[in-house]
Amino acid sequence: MNNSTKNRLTDKAFQYFGIFNTFLGLVMLAVFIFVIMQVGLPRLNWDFITSLPSRFPEKAGIYTALIGTFWMLFLTIIFSVTLGVSAGIYLEEYAKKGWFSKLLEINISNLVGVPSVIYGILGLAFFNRYLGLGGSLLAGSLTLSLLIIPVIIVTTRESLKAVPKTIKEGAYALGATRWQTIWKQQLPAASGSIVTGVILALARAIGEAAPLIVVGALVYVPFIPHTPMDDYTLLPIQIFNWTSRPQPEFQVNASAGIIVLLFLTFLLNGISIYLRNKWQKKVKW
Amino acid sequence: MNQLIAKNVNVWYGENHAIKDVSMVIEPYQVTALIGPSGCGKSTFLRLFNRMNDYIDNFRMEGEILINETNIYDPTVNTEALRKKVGMVFQKPNPFPTSIYENVAFGMKIQGMNKKSELDEIVETSLRKAVLWDEVKDSLKKSAFSLSGGQQQRLCIARTLAVEPEVILMDEPASALDPISTSKLENLIFELKKSYTIVIVTHNMQQAGRISDQTAFFFMGKLIEYDSTKKMFLKPTHLQTQNYITGRFG
Repeated sequence: MNNSTKNRLTDKAFQYFGIFNTFLGLVMLAVFIFVIMQVGLPRLNWDFITSLPSRFPEKAGIYTALIGTFWMLFLTIIFSVTLGVSAGIYLEEYAKKGWFSKLLEINISNLVGVPSVIYGILGLAFFNRYLGLGGSLLAGSLTLSLLIIPVIIVTTRESLKAVPKTIKEGAYALGATRWQTIWKQQLPAASGSIVTGVILALARAIGEAAPLIVVGALVYVPFIPHTPMDDYTLLPIQIFNWTSRPQPEFQVNASAGIIVLLFLTFLLNGISIYLRNKWQKKVKW
Repeated sequence: MNQLIAKNVNVWYGENHAIKDVSMVIEPYQVTALIGPSGCGKSTFLRLFNRMNDYIDNFRMEGEILINETNIYDPTVNTEALRKKVGMVFQKPNPFPTSIYENVAFGMKIQGMNKKSELDEIVETSLRKAVLWDEVKDSLKKSAFSLSGGQQQRLCIARTLAVEPEVILMDEPASALDPISTSKLENLIFELKKSYTIVIVTHNMQQAGRISDQTAFFFMGKLIEYDSTKKMFLKPTHLQTQNYITGRFG
């Protein structure tokens, strides 16, 4: 066998290795979804979605968990977008570039990789205990916001960086202040990709159970929350709860709950893909 | 409107001494061309007049730039107000990613003008002055990106005119345009100098010869020669100027 045939073989071998790896992930996901659907789909109906939790698996539903998840999404959006986007703007446009901003930058990137349960412990110590918020939706959403704020900061900075400098110069040259330039030109131009990033971060956040178990999402809440100070439960926690029950009927409930959670996550991802495409079509620099 | 005066101006980017002791008087209602090879400091010099260099890291400047007898680098000077008086057109057309109308109205809107009738009027007169009105009057709501490069550049000029400047700085405004668009732009510059003081950086010698009244030749951060365009092109005093203009280097 001469050298060039050997090289060819290496090439081919890697190609098949790559195909195998790609499909491994997809096949696992497909099998997972198939099994979940098989078990959970027959259980999924309108009653399941609108029923309160119950000791009897056939009566139990996800109503409180679903409403809790919506509340959580809503509050988390408010906190994380306000804080994350403004911090991103500050770092990208206002902060003097120097060793200090470098240090901030590195640490924010590191925060993205901190395990979520650590945020939970922080939330427990600070929001629940120190600020006395207890196991409320407010404490939970603040904790969840902490988790995704670093992601939103990074997204905001990247999106602002992608807006051509010439736009900024054009606005300055017409006598716009920095604030006007950011608010009226750069942010609108960057908003498409910021929104995409925020939605992806939220999609991750609504699937989180670990930090919220720590900050007091309850496994059994017989009512839906009405204010941010109320107790709550969430879809991932409800699912976690059901899977830990011994009765097989609850496993069926868990599968049905997973379908709803997957649907929400896919929906959010879909919206972000839609917005990204729409955005890319609109602006060509 | 008075002269623009540069007095013993020095500029550094970090260690790099970009402008070396340049003094120059720019006459009102004339077109003054700044020429010279790439990296000679002509764009940096142009951007001194509306303080666009302020945002560049480690930019440092000494000397004075006087506009209407005020040193515009005095700490009391309001940069935003200065930039309304001294407009700028950039090398590559840079319309905002909004409609044609919004592009022209932006400068007035940020000053707090929101009355639709007034805005409409300013948008129309500015587009007319930039000789773009007839081409876009039926599509004001369309995206500025739907225009051709030459139209975009005239839109950027209209946008600048809308805030009623006295001086217009142009940084190689035709370098991204085709010959026909370029000639339209040059005719426009010729019209505009009746009402505005124009300073233009250009790489194109023929262009400098066609449109400018005065020409300044920069080389390695120094102002080598500054005279009427006619004299500069026919009988330059310095050999370097002659070599550059005739295309022997640059």
